Amino acid sequence: MMMNNDTTNNAVVVEGLTKRFGRFVAVDNVSFTVRRGEVFGFLGPNGAGKSTTIRMLCGLLEPTSGSATVGGFDVTSSPDGVKTTIGYMSQRFSLYEDLTVEQNINFYGGIYGLEGERLKERKSWAIGMAGLKGKEQQLAHSLSGGWKQRLALGCATLHEPPIVFLDEPTGGVDPVSRRNFWDLIYSLSSRGVTVFVTTHYMDEAEHCNTIGLIYSGKLTAIGSPTELKHKLDRYRIFEIRCEHPVDAMEQLQKQPWVVETSIFGSSFHASTLRDVDAFSEIERVLAQRGIALQRIEQIVPSLEDVFIHLIAEEDAKPHNNAS
Amino acid sequence: MQPAVVLDKLVKVFDGKTPVVAVDHVSFDVRRGEIFSLVGPDGAGKTTTIRMMCGVLPPTEGTITLLGLDIRKDKDEIKKHIGYLSQKFSLYGDLTVDENIDFFAEIHKVRDYRGRKEDLLQFTRLAPFRDRLAARLSGGMKQKLALACTLVHAPDIIFLDEPTTGVDPVSRRDFWKILSSLLKSGMTIIVTTPYLDEAERSTRVALMNECRLLRCDTPESVKDSFSSDVFEITCENARALRETMKNTISEQDIQLFGDRIHLLQPKGAMTQHDIQDQLKKQEIAFDSVREIPASLEDVFVSAIR
Repeated sequence: MMMNNDTTNNAVVVEGLTKRFGRFVAVDNVSFTVRRGEVFGFLGPNGAGKSTTIRMLCGLLEPTSGSATVGGFDVTSSPDGVKTTIGYMSQRFSLYEDLTVEQNINFYGGIYGLEGERLKERKSWAIGMAGLKGKEQQLAHSLSGGWKQRLALGCATLHEPPIVFLDEPTGGVDPVSRRNFWDLIYSLSSRGVTVFVTTHYMDEAEHCNTIGLIYSGKLTAIGSPTELKHKLDRYRIFEIRCEHPVDAMEQLQKQPWVVETSIFGSSFHASTLRDVDAFSEIERVLAQRGIALQRIEQIVPSLEDVFIHLIAEEDAKPHNNAS
Repeated sequence: MQPAVVLDKLVKVFDGKTPVVAVDHVSFDVRRGEIFSLVGPDGAGKTTTIRMMCGVLPPTEGTITLLGLDIRKDKDEIKKHIGYLSQKFSLYGDLTVDENIDFFAEIHKVRDYRGRKEDLLQFTRLAPFRDRLAARLSGGMKQKLALACTLVHAPDIIFLDEPTTGVDPVSRRDFWKILSSLLKSGMTIIVTTPYLDEAERSTRVALMNECRLLRCDTPESVKDSFSSDVFEITCENARALRETMKNTISEQDIQLFGDRIHLLQPKGAMTQHDIQDQLKKQEIAFDSVREIPASLEDVFVSAIR
C-alpha cells in the first residue's frame, strides 16, 4: 500500500478490479496499465461499467476486490491521496455559468487549496492557456463552446495534477476549436501528464494513443486505434452504392455471411466474413432482387465499426454473468 | 415533385438589450423521402432553424414552405403533417409505454390508432416492454418511445433535434437503422446533429456555423468540392513526426491523431509515393502512407477559416 508518488513509468496500474452491487457485477476483473504521458481512451455503451471504473480510479468508490494505483496512491487505502493527484473535467457541466471567468478560476483554486503567489501564477497560466486574456470578467455562459472547453480544462489542471480525467471533452464544439483543444491535450501529454478520456464520439477516440473498450463490465479489447482496427481483419467492410439501398440492405442482412449493414446516405456499408467471395456474392444477391449495383468498394474499418463488431462478438458468446 | 420544405432567406433575431442574430439569411430545400441533416457546433443556429420550421418559433424575416403550405398562414394545417422530437423530449414517466402512445394519439386526435400503435411497438421493438413505466426504461428505449409518439399521427415530415447526442455507437446505429426503414414509407426526415461523422449517413447535409449556411449538398458532393488531397501517415511517434514536418509544412495542413497524421496537400500536387520519397529523403521514420478520402470535418474546417 504505497503512500508516496512513485517514479515508475506507469501512471495507473489496475489489477483484477471488480465492483459488485449486490449480485450485479458492474466491473468484472478489469486489468490494464497506463504509461505516464499517455492519452488513454475509455469507450463503451452506457451502463457498461465505464463510469463505475472511473469513479473507482478517482477514489470516489471503493472496489469490491482487486486493486488500482493512481499516481502512486492506492485507491482503496489512500483515496484522498488519489484526489490530490488528479484533475477532472466534464465539458458540459464543469463551469459555473453565472460566475465570471475569473470567479470560476478562483473557485477551483480554492477547492484545490491554492493560494497566494501560487494561485496567482496558476491563474495567469490558465487564462493564457485558454486564450481568455481580457475576458476575465465575462460570464462563463456567454463564452462560446471552444473557450468554455479550454477554461474548464484550465480549472481542472490548476493544481498541476499528473493525471487528468476528461469526460466527453469536445461534444458539440466546432471542429476548429476541437482540434485546438486536442493540441492542448497533446502538449500536456508531452510534458508527462497522463490523460484519460471517456467518449462516445469515435472521432475523439481516434486521438487517443491507446483505447480500452468496456462492455458488460469487462475489458473487451485494448490497443492503439490501428491495433483495434486490425481486430476486424477477420471481416471485410464494403461501401455499396445501388438503387433502393434500404431494400438491398435488408436482402444482404439475411445472408449468413453478412455480419452488419448500416446506411450511409445514398450508399450503405456491409461487413462480411473474410473467407467469402464478397464482391460476387453481393452482386448475386442484389441481382436476384433486380437491384443494379452501381459501385462497390472495400473500405478500412472505422473505430465505430470496431466498437459495433466487438460488441456483437461479445453478445454472441455464452455468458456466466450474474445480473 | 415539390420539395418537402423550402427555406428562403430565413432570419431570426432575438430582441434584447443587444439583439442576437440566431439565424442569418439561410436558404435551402429538403426533398421528399430523404434524410436531411442540419450539422454544426452548438450555437450554430440548428435548433432555432428547426423550431421555425415546425412553427414553434416565428421567423423574423424570410419564408418557410412545407408541403406547399406557408408556415405563417397555414400553421395549423401543417402541424397535422409534421412530427417534432425535441432534444429534451418529454415522456410521462408514470405512464406505461402503451399509455404514453395512447396519450399522444389522443392529443393529435388520431382515430382508430390501435393498429398503428401495434405497428409502432413492433417497429421500435418496444412491444415486450409495453407495460413498463416510461421512467423505468433505459435511455435508448426512452428515445425509441419518444420517436414512436412522434410518429403516431403518421406525419409526412419528422424533425429530430439532436436525437443521438450522448448516445453510445451501438444505440446510435440502431436508431439510424430505424430511421432508414422509415424512408421506405416515403417519410422525409430532418435531423440536427453536432456530429459530422453522423451527417455522412444522410442523403443530403446542410453545414451551419455561426448562424450561417456554409454548404448544402450530398455528403459526397460536399467532399468532392474539397480542394485538397488527404494523406494518412502512420507511425509510432506521431507527435515527433509532426514536429519534424512543421519545419517544411504549414501547421494548418498537418493534423495529429493518436497513432498517425493527416497531411493536406493541394489537389494533385503530390502522390502517395512522392510523400514516401520525401519522408525517406528527410530520414523521417514512418510505417505507411496512403491517400484517404476527405471527411466532412476537413471540408468544414477549411470552410470556416
